[in-house]
Amino acid sequence: MKITNKIIENHGLKKDEYKNIQKFLKRDPNILELGIFSAMWNEHCSYKSSKVHLKKLPTKGKQVIQGPGENAGVIDIGDNDAIIFKIESHNHPSFIEPYQGAATGVGGILRDVFTMGARPIALLNSIHFGSPTHPKTKSLLNGVVSGIGGYGNCIGIPTVAGETKFNETYNENILVNAMAVGHAKKDKIFYSKAKGINKSVVYVGSKTGRDGIHGASMASAEFDENSEEKKPTVQVGDPFTEKLLLEACLELMKDNSIISIQDMGAAGLTSSSVEMASKGSLGIELELDKVPCREENMTPYEMMLSESQERMLIILEDGKENHARKIFDKWDLDFVVIGRTNNSKNLTLKFNGKVEGEIPIEALAEKAPVYNRKWIKKKLTKNKVNVKSLKKIKLENALIKIISSPNHSNKNWVTEQFDQMVMCDTAQRSGSDAAIIRIHNKDKAIAVSVDSSANYCKSHPISGGKQIVAENWRNLISVGAKPLAITNCLNFGNPENEIVMGEFAECLEGIREACEYLEYPVVSGNVSFYNGTNKKNIYPTPVIGGVGLIKKLTEPLTHCFKNFGSKIIIVGKTFGHLEQSCFLKEIHSIIDGKPPDINLLNEKNNGEVVLKLINDKLVSSAHDISSGGLIIALSEMSIGNKIGVKINKPHNLMNLTEYFFGEDQGRYILEINEENLKKVEKILKSNNTYYENIGYTQENFFEIDGEVKINTNELFKINNQWYNNF
Amino acid sequence: MKSSVIVFPGSNCDRDIAVALEKMQFKNQMIWHKETTLPKSDLIVIPGGFSYGDYLRSGAIAGKSSIINEVIKAANSGCLILGICNGFQILTETGLLKGTLLRNKNLKFINKDVYIKVMNTASRFTSKYQNNQILKINIAHNEGNYFTDKKHREELQKENLIAFKYCDESGNISQNSNPNGALDNIAGIFNLKKNILGMMPHPERMVDKFISNDDGVNLFSSLIN
Repeated sequence: MKITNKIIENHGLKKDEYKNIQKFLKRDPNILELGIFSAMWNEHCSYKSSKVHLKKLPTKGKQVIQGPGENAGVIDIGDNDAIIFKIESHNHPSFIEPYQGAATGVGGILRDVFTMGARPIALLNSIHFGSPTHPKTKSLLNGVVSGIGGYGNCIGIPTVAGETKFNETYNENILVNAMAVGHAKKDKIFYSKAKGINKSVVYVGSKTGRDGIHGASMASAEFDENSEEKKPTVQVGDPFTEKLLLEACLELMKDNSIISIQDMGAAGLTSSSVEMASKGSLGIELELDKVPCREENMTPYEMMLSESQERMLIILEDGKENHARKIFDKWDLDFVVIGRTNNSKNLTLKFNGKVEGEIPIEALAEKAPVYNRKWIKKKLTKNKVNVKSLKKIKLENALIKIISSPNHSNKNWVTEQFDQMVMCDTAQRSGSDAAIIRIHNKDKAIAVSVDSSANYCKSHPISGGKQIVAENWRNLISVGAKPLAITNCLNFGNPENEIVMGEFAECLEGIREACEYLEYPVVSGNVSFYNGTNKKNIYPTPVIGGVGLIKKLTEPLTHCFKNFGSKIIIVGKTFGHLEQSCFLKEIHSIIDGKPPDINLLNEKNNGEVVLKLINDKLVSSAHDISSGGLIIALSEMSIGNKIGVKINKPHNLMNLTEYFFGEDQGRYILEINEENLKKVEKILKSNNTYYENIGYTQENFFEIDGEVKINTNELFKINNQWYNNF
Repeated sequence: MKSSVIVFPGSNCDRDIAVALEKMQFKNQMIWHKETTLPKSDLIVIPGGFSYGDYLRSGAIAGKSSIINEVIKAANSGCLILGICNGFQILTETGLLKGTLLRNKNLKFINKDVYIKVMNTASRFTSKYQNNQILKINIAHNEGNYFTDKKHREELQKENLIAFKYCDESGNISQNSNPNGALDNIAGIFNLKKNILGMMPHPERMVDKFISNDDGVNLFSSLIN
């Protein structure tokens, strides 16, 4: 087949990229080779637009065992225990085929974690839909939620936390990010780097079909009106097979049979074999006629580019084949030696004894294109909102409107479709600031949370980037965990657009600054560009997934008030910052001004003091203040156990709307038993931490002096109706 | 007491039940589905999960597996059999328990804590509970909507074979306290000899106060005595 300009374009390759291919090969590629270049050089696999910026993120720390660059990040939680985790996007496929797109997103991220030797112990998700009134939203929400549940429930890993948000910006391009967290022994971690010559390269798992061919390339282009036609590029998930693959891999990992192992994710057999060889500076030769195929007459091109799920590539130590084969036979999975390592530094593909393709590995990996794309700084607005000029609304009415809105309604409709309890180590389920998972057979636990703030990132990328890291850090603190490290999923529009690229660069700058200051390194992540349709880009939506450690789990700390007559204090200062707040958006439809500033010094100090108070058992419940401000956070604490509050008006002359709905950062609400109050105040004072006594908990009524009085049953009802009526 | 937990490909509550059994002092063994003999056991548990992916129909393939013939033999000779969730579905597929589990009424997977009422304490599974005791217990299933024919429904009532019914926090049994549409709010049933219990809720998830509560403990302590 002659390689025409049309074919090159269809493979998503630019003209000068094609010229580079010719240079590397010193000839024209054939169609198989072109396909392989296209799979490895697309944005999704090569990170060509993001690499220069990602390099700036802090990735080290004494808790870090493995940072970015492997299948997932690894951190040390003591006693020879390691936590392995990563977040990944599956946005494009989920928009085209929500159930399978979301399901395979979960399957893919799980493989990234168990490839490294971990038993997965928790799943999280961050899912973003368009406006609730948009005609596609309802079916996309239904499909994505049941897809996430369908996969996680079947494989038997609890889905313990997440966020579900709605915003017009995702009308034509939803976001589906899935995070997996696993536990391994520190001395039993597996990597993808190949070692040694003439070692067996083994294919295990499901058979290869024609599904998902060019999936990664699809994820590297914008949508247009013909997106429906891309359905065949969406993979189909089989969580049952993945469960078998998980158990078989963990069984084989018990001894020293494996040299290296890599899952076949995006760009399937191509990227897994190239990655292993590239990291080991080796060559690899594959005999494609040996690849187990689901369909007849599959060509080398289709086999190399298929993204069929539930497959792994393993390089085995000499003489371990029979032992390994027995394990995969037991689990009824395919096990075929399809190739060998060599020192040619080439990827050599044979079919029926004939060489069908030969490419230098470095051309596909380290010499893949890298772009320092043009970007422009965000033009920041100086607009202020004059609260006095706004149409008057009673505090009570604004509160009711917000807690019954899609973004603030109770999300049980979503989370009850996920098995949160399987494995019997979920000490705290969805709904609090972070979920808590006990390490099996131990008395320590990890806390996990995912967070994003697209509105903040859109209006001020640097502040927004800092804010999401800080909020995630706060969420872990609020359940009494010491934050250790994060993974990030960077969802952005078209990187060839200078504004989008600017948002990316500046969000990352914010993330970098906050991570450095809070000593909260990035250990893994994923970039998803080209989120948009017909040149309309989504809001920049970086998502942070954090993991923290609770050294000794006694009683999990929830955000729900526990007792009547407790004192309520706010840690951190309230200034009343309303721009970019939930209040202005939901009540007045104003999206203007800049988001609240992040003062990292206060953030760190306040967080560390709150963590100390929690560890000293002086706190009955804790909640960070985020979207919606003080009043929304208080109402969330009230709703859980239907315990009311009596809150004083502020002592100063601050405007009540600003005080109660402002979204100033670095703040926590704590419920303190009267008898502990003196101790708590002493600790706060001695750490120069600003705090306010704002009231106490009471029976029956959520009450703010002369402004709000709602029965807690009523509050509960208002918060619980939206999803059920949707 | 000796227990055996049958492990099918796709079982995923097998570890959870084993942990609970060992905590309650059972001597437990895991039995892989390809085995053709069962060790001598006082209790056989068929755990929750998605055996064989639950493709075709929940529990249908497991109901025809090689080990299940041994389970049927053991059941017929009086061995205690406990089927939880997918295990309950498998027991109905084998015919050891009558009736079937349809899709939940709302057509969605449901995972939450619900309340169930102990309807009969005169059994090896429930003797340590009080009559009409209310338990808070976790359910996690897509097909938990129990259904049976008129004749069997009458038998269930007449012979007192309903083990648990879904109820609310105060014990009221109504459509409002029925999470999945099950006939007569049935959450678990016995066979006629009451040596077999099938139930949709997960007692093994309720044996640890740190994680949930200990409302499931008495089911296991009833068995061990």
